[in-house]
Amino acid sequence: MAEEKEWEETVEPKTDFGPPHYSIMLHPVIKNNYGKWKYHEVVRPGVIKRVAESGDVIYVVRFGSPRLLSIYTVRDLCDIADKYSDGYLRFTSRHNVEFFLTDPDKIEDLIKEVQEKVGFPCGGTWDATKGEYGLTNIVHTQGWVHCHTPATDASGIVKAVMDELYEYFTDHKLPALCRISLACCANMCGAVHASDISMVGVHRKVPKIDDDAVRRTCEIPSTVAACPTGALKPDMKRKTVILDKDKCMYCGNCYTMCPGMPIFDPENDGVAILVGGKLSDARYPPQLSKVVVPWLPNNPPRWPEVVQTVKKILETWAAHAEKYERVAEWIHRIGWERFFELTGLEFTEKLIEDYHRTPYLYTTFRTSAAFRW
Amino acid sequence: MTEVELPETPLLDELEKGPWPSFVKEIKKAAIESEKAMKAGKKIKLPGAAKGLLKVLELSYKDKRTHWKHGGIVSVVGYGGGVIGRYCDLEDKVPEVWHFHTIRVNMPAGWFYTTKALRAICDAWEKWGSGLTNMHGSTGDIILLGTRTEHLQPMANALAYLDKFYGSPAPFDIGGSGSALRTPSACMGPALCEFACYDTLDLCYDLTMTYQNELHRPMWPYKFKIKCSGCPNDCVAAKARADFAIIGTWKDEIQIDQEAVKEYAKIIDIEKQVVEKCPTKAISWDGKELKIDNKNCIRCMHCINVMPKALKPGKERGATILVGGKAPFVDGAIIGWVAIPFIEVKKPYNEIKEILEAIWEWWDEEGKFRERFGELIWRKGMEEFLKVIGRKADVRMVYAPRNNPFIFWRELNP
Repeated sequence: MAEEKEWEETVEPKTDFGPPHYSIMLHPVIKNNYGKWKYHEVVRPGVIKRVAESGDVIYVVRFGSPRLLSIYTVRDLCDIADKYSDGYLRFTSRHNVEFFLTDPDKIEDLIKEVQEKVGFPCGGTWDATKGEYGLTNIVHTQGWVHCHTPATDASGIVKAVMDELYEYFTDHKLPALCRISLACCANMCGAVHASDISMVGVHRKVPKIDDDAVRRTCEIPSTVAACPTGALKPDMKRKTVILDKDKCMYCGNCYTMCPGMPIFDPENDGVAILVGGKLSDARYPPQLSKVVVPWLPNNPPRWPEVVQTVKKILETWAAHAEKYERVAEWIHRIGWERFFELTGLEFTEKLIEDYHRTPYLYTTFRTSAAFRW
Repeated sequence: MTEVELPETPLLDELEKGPWPSFVKEIKKAAIESEKAMKAGKKIKLPGAAKGLLKVLELSYKDKRTHWKHGGIVSVVGYGGGVIGRYCDLEDKVPEVWHFHTIRVNMPAGWFYTTKALRAICDAWEKWGSGLTNMHGSTGDIILLGTRTEHLQPMANALAYLDKFYGSPAPFDIGGSGSALRTPSACMGPALCEFACYDTLDLCYDLTMTYQNELHRPMWPYKFKIKCSGCPNDCVAAKARADFAIIGTWKDEIQIDQEAVKEYAKIIDIEKQVVEKCPTKAISWDGKELKIDNKNCIRCMHCINVMPKALKPGKERGATILVGGKAPFVDGAIIGWVAIPFIEVKKPYNEIKEILEAIWEWWDEEGKFRERFGELIWRKGMEEFLKVIGRKADVRMVYAPRNNPFIFWRELNP
């Protein structure tokens, strides 16, 4: 018996209509006061009061989320939004979720209900006026949940780190902004290369070349061109590639290009820790993050070495930094000598730059929107 | 009702403990609830997918490695991007996730939703996929995590008719992937933020609609990302994560409400928290009056951030465009640099579109395979790039002039 087709299988495909227009997704108070806001005020961790020129007030209440959500949790969030924020909600650029309340008396009920129903904590905010900062969500990637090139997992480490640093999310306990980010490989999906503290999955062994797979599936010239150190050469005779092991620093870009160059190695893959990246222009120019720990092992499910190192860096910085002084600014004041001394991290030759491919000219370009008219 | 049986996952179970919301609980919730829904008579094509993911992930935790293979190329009819093929290397052990493709769905600008829209997406994904999502992917899309090749087109159709058959206020289109314009994203901008210097949501929506073809049908050397930040706080990390970062700014004086400053003086130490932290010492406070030397101000936002009731960006507003931002491969990570110090951001955004189109034409002509636009500028030089966009060199593009005399004098050597 032929199975009956669903309408989705027989309907005419429709293309190029784009996302919904944002205006139909806005809470009426937000729509009415669009572009006409007077000021905001952080009421308590997780709760931001926004006052419009019209006199309208809306409370934006923020909750941490694991980013990977089941549709059943999204539906729970919808139930809560229907009850408390008139059927509207939004997500932030760091995967938190926000509700909009017009009645401040309902804030505590909302916080309680979100905690009970989906277990999401209220927080992830900061208050620049007082100079008291919460730790917000960790931007992260797919890891072993969905990617084929990771050197580490993403969701697992994020959970382990946030469990340990939970109190910083729900309260404003830090002297300045501190963004923690994680990328599961050197492709660095996300802004891991410009975060206060970042974790990046790294390999430490050369790829194992599977000549058969290279012949079957790889376009050799573009695979060779993908190697940043010129460690790959075409092997014309055998119709494959040769690797100069001395030139390879295990970036994994050749495996991205070519299934015949698998590079993962469970005992040697792991996590590098970087610090001092910064994106906003406030006070101090944007910075790329810098490696301070070359490698820590993958130790699922709790990654204790990674968690303890991140915690150590965060708490050392928090104990010594002045108000508003982000990790990069703190290091700028005290110097790298003192940074390694205070954090107890070891400086080794592995931390001295040798990625000679990046042109020096880049350091002269203005990587910031801060300049004088 | 019969209990739903889950695979044994002793390692992942550890990550159900602790105060932070657990992604393991989310996967288990999807596994349990989708099976329950199916038993209750709902149409569910992949009831075992979330369960399969649990099995694969537990094995990854045990083996300390991924179990996903290089993806085959999959797509929906008419598009060349937006879907990422993913296959498991354990097809015999866990056939339910042998295919586990991702669909990127273009989010509304600023990630604002009605519950009707979200419920509709959930209902369609419950039917055609694993029931797992990311809210959101790093570029901004809704990530529908895990379905089979034969369900991609029906799911795309469900999204395209989401308003007609699932109760959404509007349909949702697929987002970008591959060597195409990726899904543009924007900070919340004027919807909520009093700092916004232009309408980030509207620009984001307008560019997305104008360039649907470039987004859905990869035609370029590599990917190209646009992000819209309403002010230099850069709350979507545009300068690190977008080839073309549109960052709100202003040209005239910061607006000061002296009475409100005095109110702040009662609760904060203006000298210490504001004046001392100004990077150019452009701001001063004598206990009575706050003064800003706007000629010296570099619009870093710090003073406005600390005293939002008293200080506001100026009235002559627009954006600074930073180009080249990207992750490391191949020539190193880039925070974008100044290409256009000031540009007007007014509907229908023709000036911005002319620049984008000039860039794309040049890059498509000159770019090598998988050469990002920022790397092309490094290879060809800023002089050529500025000619392409019809702009003059400006000292604001650099932190410092060159430190060597090896200058091209092409006009003398034709």
